[in-house]
Amino acid sequence: MMRMMIGALLAGFAVAGLAVAADKQPARVVVPLVEIETGGLCVAPTGEMRRDHMKMLLHQRDLTVHQGLRDPRFSLKNCVNCHASRETGSVLGKDGFCSGCHSYASVSIDCFECHSAVRQSRVAGAAR
Amino acid sequence: MASVQYREINDRSGRFHALLAAFGALILAGLGAAWIMEHRGHVITGMSNRIVWGMPHVFAVFLIVAASGALNVASISSVFGRDFYKPLARLSGLLAFTLLAGGLAVLVLDLGRPDRLIVAMTQYNFKSIFAWNIFLYTGFFAVVAVYLWTMFERRMNSHIGRAGMLAFLWRLVLTTGTGSIFGFLVGREPYNSALLAPLFIVMSFSFGLAVFVLVLMSAFRWSGRALGDVVLNRLGNLLGVFVAAVLYFVAVYHLTNLYMTHQHPFERFILLEGGTYTALFWFGQVLLGGVVPLVLLFARGANRSRGRLVAAAVSVIAGGFAQLYVIIIGGQAYPQVMFPGKVVASSFFDGVVAAYTPSLPELALGTGGVALALTLTVVALKVLPFLPRSLADGDVDSAAT
Amino acid sequence: MKSDRRQVLALGAAVLASAALAPGFRLIELVQARSPEEAASTLQRWGLLIDTAKCEDCDVCVTACHEENGVSGHGRPETDAQWIRKVSLRDKQTGHTQALPVMCQHCEDPPCVDVCPTGASFKRADGIVLVDKHACIGCRYCVMACPFGARSFIHEPVSDQKADVPRGKGTVESCTLCVHRLDRGQTPACVEACNRDGGKAMVFGDLNDGAGELQRRLRAEPSSQIRPDLALNTGVRYQGL
Repeated sequence: MMRMMIGALLAGFAVAGLAVAADKQPARVVVPLVEIETGGLCVAPTGEMRRDHMKMLLHQRDLTVHQGLRDPRFSLKNCVNCHASRETGSVLGKDGFCSGCHSYASVSIDCFECHSAVRQSRVAGAAR
Repeated sequence: MASVQYREINDRSGRFHALLAAFGALILAGLGAAWIMEHRGHVITGMSNRIVWGMPHVFAVFLIVAASGALNVASISSVFGRDFYKPLARLSGLLAFTLLAGGLAVLVLDLGRPDRLIVAMTQYNFKSIFAWNIFLYTGFFAVVAVYLWTMFERRMNSHIGRAGMLAFLWRLVLTTGTGSIFGFLVGREPYNSALLAPLFIVMSFSFGLAVFVLVLMSAFRWSGRALGDVVLNRLGNLLGVFVAAVLYFVAVYHLTNLYMTHQHPFERFILLEGGTYTALFWFGQVLLGGVVPLVLLFARGANRSRGRLVAAAVSVIAGGFAQLYVIIIGGQAYPQVMFPGKVVASSFFDGVVAAYTPSLPELALGTGGVALALTLTVVALKVLPFLPRSLADGDVDSAAT
Repeated sequence: MKSDRRQVLALGAAVLASAALAPGFRLIELVQARSPEEAASTLQRWGLLIDTAKCEDCDVCVTACHEENGVSGHGRPETDAQWIRKVSLRDKQTGHTQALPVMCQHCEDPPCVDVCPTGASFKRADGIVLVDKHACIGCRYCVMACPFGARSFIHEPVSDQKADVPRGKGTVESCTLCVHRLDRGQTPACVEACNRDGGKAMVFGDLNDGAGELQRRLRAEPSSQIRPDLALNTGVRYQGL
C-alpha cells in the first residue's frame, strides 16, 4: 500500500516535471493564433482582457441597451473595428481574432448571430 | 374498505417493445424537427409574422391543459373525499406529470432561441403571465411528485389530503394562467376576455379525463388486468358532465359576442365565413368535441358499451384539438382591428385573414411531444406500481361515493 | 469650538443647496443633446407626429428605414420582417381613402412590455420601446400582444447586419425610433427621408419639450392615436385619421 502511494507520488512529480520542461521547449500543444494587427493598446491590459472580456461584454451590453450608455471605448463595434483582420475585415473565420481563441477553447460565441463581425471601413456621418 | 393492491406492469411482449419503438421514432422525429427549425429558422414552418403560434402550440396547449385535467381523478378522491376513485389516483398523478412534460418540451423546442432557456429561468418580468407560468409549470412537477410520494409511501399516507389540496389549487391557478395567456391580450378581438380562464379550466377537466380514460383502458387491457363496468360507467358519466360544461362556456362566449355589434365581424368569421375555422368550429369543436360524446355517453345503452366510451374519449380529444386550433390559430388569422369602419390593406397583411398551413416540422414536433408524454407514462407504469392489480366490479368499493 | 460647528453647518448647507440645485443645471443640458457617456433619462420622451394628408402614394419612409437598419427581405413577405409599412384605408361608409405609415407606436403602457416573460421587451427611460436581443428567447408573445402588429419575428438566419443595428434569427424586433441615431443627436431615418424626399409629413421631437416643434404642433392642431380606446398613450400621433 505504502509502496503504491510512493509510486503514484513519484509518477505525479515526473509528469509535472515533464510539463514544466515542455513549457520551456517549443510547444507540443497547439495554442491559439491571436493576431492583433492594429497597434496601440486595448481598453485594458492584455491579461485583464483575456480573463475578463466576457464579463465586460456582458456588463456593458446591459448598460448600452437599457440605459443608452455608448462609451465608444467599450462598444462592440469599436472592438470589431480594431481587431478585425486586415485581410478579411472580420473577427470571425479561420484566423479571426475572436474565433481563433474561441474555437481553440471550444466556447461558442453568440454575439455575431446578431452583431456585425465586420469592420466598418466607412463611418458615414456618425460620431465615434 | 379492502386495501388496494398496486403492481407494476410486467410486460415483455413484442407488442410492448413495438409500442416503445414507435413512440421512440416519433420522439426522434420531433427532435429532428426541433433541430432543423433551430438551424434554418422558423421560415421552414408554416408560421409567419401574422401566425406566430402554430401547430406546436396547439399540441403544447392541449397537453398542458390535459395534464392539469388529468389530475382531476386524484383530486376527486383526495380533496373531495370520494374513496371510489382512490385506486385511480396514482395513474392520475402520473399522467398529470407526463403530459405536462410533453407539452413543455414542445413549447421550449419551438422557441426562437431555445438555447436561451436559462435566461427564461433566471430573468423574470412578473407582470407577464408567461413568467408566472414558468413557476407554475415547474412547481406543478414538484407538487405532483410530492403528491404521488404521499400516495406511494405508506408512512406519508396521512398527508395525502394536504398534498392533494395543494395540487388541486395549484392546477387551478396553473390552468387559469394558461387561459390568461390569451385572455390578457388587449388588442385582439378573439381573446381579450375574462371568460378564457374558466373556459380553459373546464376544457382541462374534459380533455384530461378523456386522455385518462383512454390510457387507463389501454393499460389495463394490454396488461391483462380486469377493468369493470362500474369504474368505467362512473368515468363516462363524469366525462359527459365535463363535455357539457365546455359546451356551456363556448355558448356563453359566443352568445355574449353576438350581443356586441363590434364583435359581429369576428363572430361571422368563426361561425360562418371562416372556411377552415368555421368547419373546425362546427364539426370539430361542437360536433365531435361536444354533441357526439354526449350522445355516445348518455344515450340509452351507453352503460353497457366500452366501445362507446372509447369513441367518446377519442371524439373529445379530436374536438379538443379542433377547439384549440380555432382558438389559437383562428384567433391569429382574424385581422386585428386598428381602424374600425375601414377596409385595410398593407404589405404586412393587415386587414386580411392570414393564411396558414401546418407544416411537417410543426406536426413532427407536436406529435413528438405526445409521444414523449406517453413514453414517460409507459416507462413509469413498468417501473413503479401505479396501476391497481384489478378494478373489476367485485374489487372496487362501489358502495363508496 | 463654536465657530467650528458653525463652519460645519455652513458647509453642510452649501452642499445640500448645491445638491438640490445641481439637477436643475443638468436639466438644461439634457434637453439639448446627450453625450455617449450619458444615460437616457425620463426627462425626455421621444414622439412622432404624422400628417396623413401628406402621405399619399409615397413610401420613402419604408425604404429609408429598412435601408438604415439593414432589414432586407428574402422575397417572402409572410415571414420577412417589416419595421414600418404603409397601410391604406378605405372608409366602408364614405369610400374615402387614405394612407399612413404604421410602425411601433412606442406606447407609454406597452402591452408588449407587459407580456414579455424575460423583460427583453422593455421601455427605455426616454420612452423608446425596444427589444433587448440578449434576453429575447423568441417566444413571440409580444407579437401576439401588440395591438398594432408592429413586431416581427426573424424567421431566417441574418447576415450583413449594420454595425449599429444588431439583428439575428430567432428573436423579435421592431422599430427602434433609430435609437442608434437618436443617441448621437440625429433624427430617425424615416423622418429624415420624408422631410428630404417625401411629403414632409413627419415631425419628430421630444414630447416633453414645451418649446419644441412637436409639442407646439400637438397643442395647436388636432391629432389622434391609433386604438385610443386601449389608453396606451402612444408616442406616435397621427393627423387626419
